[in-house]
Amino acid sequence: MSDTIKLSQARRGDCGVIVQVGDHCHHDEHALELERRLLELGFVEGARIELLHEGLLGRDPIAMKVDDMRVALRRHEAASLTVRVEPVA
Amino acid sequence: MDVAVRSARVALVGNPNSGKTALFNALTGAHQKVANYAGVTVERKEGLIRTGDGRTMSVLDLPGTYSLRARSPDEEVTRDAVLGRLAGEAPPDVIVAVADATNLRLVLRLILELKAVGRPMVLALNMYDIAQRQGLRIDLERLQAELGVPIVTTVATRKRGVEDLVSAVNAAAGHLSATSEGGWMAPDAEALRGKAREAERIMKACVRPPERPDTLTGRIDSVLLHPVGGLLILMTLLFVMFQAVFSWATPFMDGIEAGLGALGVGVAAVTPDGIWESLIVDGLISGVGSVLVFLPQILILFLFIILLEDFGYMARAAFLMDRIMGGAGLHGRAFIPLLSSFACAIPGVMAARVIDSKRDRLTTIMVAPLMTCSARIPVYTLIIAAFIPNQTVWGFANLQGLVMFGLYAAGILSALAVSFVIRRIFWRGAVEPFMMELPAYKTPDLRSVLVNLWLRARIFLERAGRIILPLMVLVWALSTFPYPPEGATQPAIDYSFAGMMGKALEPIFAPIGFNWQMVIALIPGMAAREVAVAALGTVYAVADPETATAVLATTLAGQWSLATGLAFLAWYVFAPQCVATLGVVKRETNSWKWMWVMVAYMFGLAYLAAFLTYRAAVALGGG
Repeated sequence: MSDTIKLSQARRGDCGVIVQVGDHCHHDEHALELERRLLELGFVEGARIELLHEGLLGRDPIAMKVDDMRVALRRHEAASLTVRVEPVA
Repeated sequence: MDVAVRSARVALVGNPNSGKTALFNALTGAHQKVANYAGVTVERKEGLIRTGDGRTMSVLDLPGTYSLRARSPDEEVTRDAVLGRLAGEAPPDVIVAVADATNLRLVLRLILELKAVGRPMVLALNMYDIAQRQGLRIDLERLQAELGVPIVTTVATRKRGVEDLVSAVNAAAGHLSATSEGGWMAPDAEALRGKAREAERIMKACVRPPERPDTLTGRIDSVLLHPVGGLLILMTLLFVMFQAVFSWATPFMDGIEAGLGALGVGVAAVTPDGIWESLIVDGLISGVGSVLVFLPQILILFLFIILLEDFGYMARAAFLMDRIMGGAGLHGRAFIPLLSSFACAIPGVMAARVIDSKRDRLTTIMVAPLMTCSARIPVYTLIIAAFIPNQTVWGFANLQGLVMFGLYAAGILSALAVSFVIRRIFWRGAVEPFMMELPAYKTPDLRSVLVNLWLRARIFLERAGRIILPLMVLVWALSTFPYPPEGATQPAIDYSFAGMMGKALEPIFAPIGFNWQMVIALIPGMAAREVAVAALGTVYAVADPETATAVLATTLAGQWSLATGLAFLAWYVFAPQCVATLGVVKRETNSWKWMWVMVAYMFGLAYLAAFLTYRAAVALGGG
């Protein structure tokens, strides 16, 4: 099963590929700015993601590997990233 | 070419954690000038280098960024400096893009953006030794051809490649062209995607993945970022840090106090009695002393912070604390500034610069002075010794220690509460994103740590000194003039302006149980909190209160009720009794408004807390 989910729903150990950055439905300035910032930090379509760590409260924030670098993000921001999750090998 | 050339200007640009500052230190050594950019509170670090042929170059260390599309004041400076838009700042002749050779993807995208600016550029592939150790193969010729930019490999911490870099910059400066802003425009999302794809293509063409990738970082992270274990380690680290700040610093602080005391006695012996002696000894020397005495604590604190930062831990601490502090509306990165504020709010407020968003930064600055700084400790110690019995409660805890702990907790809890309220009142709903790179762990470089420590110390002394010196003179004047009349029986301060103010203000403070002697002590106490101890000694005519704290404590216990003593403690948890901090807040926020907001809310809370404490204690029979 190869699911696409929001990165904010991912769990520790999940691996996948980013298929969409930003939600292209609502176009307020805040969402656009978030999209650009995510792109600048390496969250681009096609980048490989591996969720490594979760915070204590509400499993938030999350730390992940994006290609070959490590990045931390709140689940709130991770909601604007869509990921195709790959079955764990 | 013109022989009497002006020195070329070089700007270092790069991602955060690319070793840019280490390279800057390697290039310029200790020849650094730190100031602020005109009109903004972003630190401007400039240094000079002498090239092989005897010319000089000035090097500017610009704040780290992922993009020229600026998000924070720091990044705006980088953008404007690169584009030559900065007021009073000539555009750089050469841009040196600094890259972590083991982490190229994002910086390649930044370089593509920088190329659009159209200035001569050199790429410094830093941390090249780590790349080699990992077996990472970079096809330098191909990369150079793809980017169209000369490349130099460097190891800043070992000063390797620095000379090559200087000559490459020299060569690039030779091609000085009449550059304009070039074709740079803030990219939209599509442009960013395009550049990211281009960077990815170059990456694939020129870089072969490491044969021995860094697994250490992952292994350390699985311990340090463990949801429970990680927090326990963080708390342990903080505990050790506090122990160090307070116990290691004590001998140095005693030394500084003794030294300045001796200096005061020496100066008093050679200057004729009277106003000049009083100004120099009571005003200037004790004024300088009240700042200088905190230097050991601040140095130890910064040593820890710089070490943890260079090791790569601070981003992890922000990760661990983000949700916990987020509940109160604080950003994870506010953790470091608030931590510094336990030593002194001044470096804390200055450290708030690491926070990107203006709102989060302001919130952090506004609550930083609520953290129990070490200047409160002498006041707390005195009042606790006077009013709280030294007894054991619940079989194991010392009551005095418990009260001290309670005062610390009150500071932390009120800081959380105030930031919660600020979020609700001033910027409802707006949540700034928390996203940051977790850099690979690195062994801190001793030289770089020492250079940074020295820099921090210098900045603290300059900023605090510039503000506190004139204020100390003012406070001295208020508590010295006018002189007591002939045959006066009361201490001289009773007849001074401070005394008059104290008596005039007494009705305001009567409801919270303060007598006029206490109000007088609050006035010089505005210079720095711990000065209130000396001032109380003066009004109650206890000679040398700093060494005879026990005598002063006994006097106070006889003169004040328990309720008054507790109210005084409550007052000191909140009151903005430190003009130097207020001055730094004014500078850092670049606004009088926020400084006055701070004064108003802190005095308001102090009055309220003292009032409630006093009334409650009186009601319970402590009056």
